Amino acid sequence: MRYEGQIAETVAYRGDGGDLIEAYAARPLGAGPFPGMVIIHHMPGWDDWTKEVVRKFAHNGIAAIGPHLFSRYGAGSPDDIAARARADGGVPDDQVVADAAAAAAWLRNHPLANGKVGVIGFCSGGRHAWLAACRAPDAFDALVDCWGGNVIVDDPAHLNPKRPVAPIDYTESLRAPLLGLFGNEDRNPSPDQVNRTEAVLKQLGKSYEFHRYDNAGHGFFAVTRPNYRVEAANDGWQKVFAFLARTLSA
Amino acid sequence: MCSYIVETAKVTGSAKGAEGWMRVDTATVYYDHPFHAPLDHALGIDLTCEADGGRERVALELSAESARALVDAILAALASGEVEHGHAHEQGHQHERA
Repeated sequence: MRYEGQIAETVAYRGDGGDLIEAYAARPLGAGPFPGMVIIHHMPGWDDWTKEVVRKFAHNGIAAIGPHLFSRYGAGSPDDIAARARADGGVPDDQVVADAAAAAAWLRNHPLANGKVGVIGFCSGGRHAWLAACRAPDAFDALVDCWGGNVIVDDPAHLNPKRPVAPIDYTESLRAPLLGLFGNEDRNPSPDQVNRTEAVLKQLGKSYEFHRYDNAGHGFFAVTRPNYRVEAANDGWQKVFAFLARTLSA
Repeated sequence: MCSYIVETAKVTGSAKGAEGWMRVDTATVYYDHPFHAPLDHALGIDLTCEADGGRERVALELSAESARALVDAILAALASGEVEHGHAHEQGHQHERA
């Protein structure tokens, strides 16, 4: 009989500017050592699904931490806090990068860590994960972008002081291997934008693999929404864990 | 997609939230992934009182179709109600007419 178990709990760590960031962390029970993953939530916030994903990584042998990127908006239910962040125009990219890098350090400093840490994000979190891996290349050994929108910014009007640079423009700094998952019916990123993203990666000689699914749009991992696509989601999760087994082994 | 597109409107009135009635002065309107509604995207409306700190909200997440139906219903109610009770700028006289 094989024993399985995990511990999942709220933790806190110091993020950008020394601010206290609440986070949800999970790790397998056992002596380790375990690789680590930073889980970046999407715009609607630090929701139950994000925490389920944190536990899913622990279930698959990876210590994971999901920082609440809207922590600075104070106490309250995550949906109300996300509403505050949304009304405020979202959180600044610089802050997210620093918070994500600090979360990676939290994982790397854990006594059970194997020293390798990746980052994964979904939707706007995919964009944030891309930024984090490019702008904090020492912090991350793997990048997983799940349908991150606005990595390519076609309309300069979408750039602003909080999001001043299109993430694609940081790609040259990317050192971690990249896994990208996309739905061919998605409109942000559209198939054309994914094509152009791939062209940049090829041109820069980056290590990447993209998997693009027919009959899938945006957010096809989300089991509580109509866009959930069981075949694409099952295959996508397999691709994620196979990729991380290769890239995060000590 | 997760969008950062947010529309805001200054409003005057009250809304009933978790703590009871409160005055509201701002409506934040967006179209994005909902938190609760079983939809890929929803029209979200958050009613808050920024003058009181904006910590409490009354929230709606509606399908695009039903959001448009709500807009039509609001406009229809205003059109017929204002005929019956007078226009908004005449609201000071409403009690006399009621």
